[in-house]
Amino acid sequence: MIERHDSVVVTTFVRVVTPLAQLFALYVLAHGHWSPGGGFQAGVILGATWILLGLALGREALRRLDERRLLAAGAAGVLLYLATGLAGLATGTRFLDYAVLPLGPTPAWARHYGILVVETGVTVTVAATLVLLFLRLADGEPRP
Amino acid sequence: MSEPVVTALLALLVLLAAVAVAAADLLVAAIALGAYGFVLALIWAAIGAVDVAFTEAVVGAGATTVFFLAALLRTSRRRSPVPGPLRWGALAVALATGGALLAVAAALPPWGDPTAPAATHVSPRYLEGAVAETATPNAVTAVLADYRSYDTLVETLVIFTAGLGGWLLLGRPR
Repeated sequence: MIERHDSVVVTTFVRVVTPLAQLFALYVLAHGHWSPGGGFQAGVILGATWILLGLALGREALRRLDERRLLAAGAAGVLLYLATGLAGLATGTRFLDYAVLPLGPTPAWARHYGILVVETGVTVTVAATLVLLFLRLADGEPRP
Repeated sequence: MSEPVVTALLALLVLLAAVAVAAADLLVAAIALGAYGFVLALIWAAIGAVDVAFTEAVVGAGATTVFFLAALLRTSRRRSPVPGPLRWGALAVALATGGALLAVAAALPPWGDPTAPAATHVSPRYLEGAVAETATPNAVTAVLADYRSYDTLVETLVIFTAGLGGWLLLGRPR
C-alpha cells in the first residue's frame, strides 16, 4: 500500500502541479500536429501525473482508478484506433483512410482530425497501461 | 548544437552507463539509468530528432526510473552475486555486439547526408505532401498517425498487450 507523504510541502506541491501537468498533457496531444509531441508522449505525461498523485497522497487518492477501469480504458484506446480504421474501410474502401470520414471540410482536414482521434486513442491506452503497471509494482508491501 | 557538445554528452552517456553497471547499490544504478535517459534525450534534441527526444525524456528518464524504484521497493537494493562463468559470458556477448555495431557504423552514411537512402526513398514524398494532404505541418505526426498508421495501431496494441502481460506476471498486491 502506498502511504501518504508526511511533508505538507510535497503534498501541496503535487496538488498544485497535477492539474497544470494534465493540462500540458492535453496540449501535447492536441498540438502534436504542429510541434513535437503527440499521443504517446501525452499519454506518458498523463499517466505520470496519476503516479505522482499516488506517490504523494497515497493509494487513497487514486481510489477511483481501480484495475478494472484501467484495463477497460487501455482496451478502449486500442478499440478507438481500430474503430477509426474500420470506419474508413466501411465508408470508403481502405482501412485507416481518414480522408473519407466526415471529420473536416476537406479530405486533408478530415485526415488532420482523423490523426487527432487515433492519437487520443493512443493517449488513453498509454496512460492507463502506465498507471496499471505502476499500481501493480508499487502497491504491495515493501520486503522487510 | 555544436559537435563538441554532442561528443561531451556521448562521453557522459558512457560514464553513466558504467556507473549503472558497476554500482553495488541498485538505487544508485536506477538513478544513473534515469540520468542516462535524460542525457540521451539531450543528444536526440541536439541532432534535431525532437519528437524522439521528447519520448526519451518522458519514458527513459521519467517512467522507467519510477518503475525501477517501485520494483526496488518491493525487492532489495542489494545486487545479488552473479556466477563467474555467466559474468564472462555476458562480457563476451556485450563485446561481440558492441564490436559488430562499431564495425558496421563506419559504413553508414554521414549524419544529415541528403543523398542517404533514408533521405531519398519515401521521405521527400511525405515531407512534400504532409501539409497539402493531411493539413499537418509536423511531418513526424503525419507519418506516424496517417501515412504509417498501421504501424502505430499495432504499436498501441503491443503497448496494451505488454502492460497486460506485466500486470498478470506481477500478481495481486499483497
